[in-house]
Amino acid sequence: MGTARPAGAPPVTHTTGSARGAEGAEEVPIPGTVPILGMSWGDVLFAILAAVMLGSALLVVMLRDIIRCGLAMIVAFGALAGIYVLLGAPLVAAAQVLVYIGAIAVLILFAVMLTQAKNAPVRLVFQAQALPAAIAAIVLAVMIALTASATDWGAVTKRIATGTDALARLLFTSYILPFEIVSVLLLMAVIGGIFLAKREGRDA
Amino acid sequence: MSQSLDAYLVVSGILFAIGTFGFLARRNAISMLMSIELMLNAVNLSIVAFGAFIPALNGTASVIALMVMAVAAAEATVGLAIVMAIYRNRRTPLVDEYDTMRQ
Repeated sequence: MGTARPAGAPPVTHTTGSARGAEGAEEVPIPGTVPILGMSWGDVLFAILAAVMLGSALLVVMLRDIIRCGLAMIVAFGALAGIYVLLGAPLVAAAQVLVYIGAIAVLILFAVMLTQAKNAPVRLVFQAQALPAAIAAIVLAVMIALTASATDWGAVTKRIATGTDALARLLFTSYILPFEIVSVLLLMAVIGGIFLAKREGRDA
Repeated sequence: MSQSLDAYLVVSGILFAIGTFGFLARRNAISMLMSIELMLNAVNLSIVAFGAFIPALNGTASVIALMVMAVAAAEATVGLAIVMAIYRNRRTPLVDEYDTMRQ
């Protein structure tokens, strides 16, 4: 260890050096706050994930190329899954990745590739009502933010994690009937989707 | 910031507003479906946030969020099938050219 010290370093006696080394080897404490920003790690993660999610959601509604809209939507869903993990709901985050990124986003991308004809007129992306829609959306966001901040929700100041075990117990005991109804709904949606999308043709 | 319910609700509200703007302003039917997915995700985020900060809702909120995801999957399936059926007839994905009932 002593030979690795640079030549210009002041000589340290063996006793203090070994004592300091043993102390450092026990545990490297991670500071509770991020050193430069002075925020806690949870806050920094939340800020990054929320910024990524809102930025890519804006890209989803603003981009001209619809394939890129779909890819930005995948980024938004991934960041939202990170926020679910931060909220202590890992099973919901896993379902978000599986269902939204794995199923819905891929389905939408397939539909995009099937319906965007090459010779389709690529004109304006937005309707004529885009400006009123933007104003209405901004007003809606401000109203929701003000209302949510002004209401006393009776919330605690510390997040409560949801264990997968407890969630599964709840899902298969108290909520077994909605679970089954959702299964039937999914079956109906699949059959309806096949019926609607199949080619009307010779045998119909 | 990450330990208060309000921050999550504000983020959820902004996401919902972005989805609303996309639904009202885009011309492509599939873009409108993507905006609907964004709005559903915003609602899901607020549900999970309520579950994480209000003790009485702790497990229930995750169950409701999973149900919302399943219903969103069903909605996406049927919605995209409808868009493709219309596309087969009209050869365009732009909603303002779906004006058969106006003529």
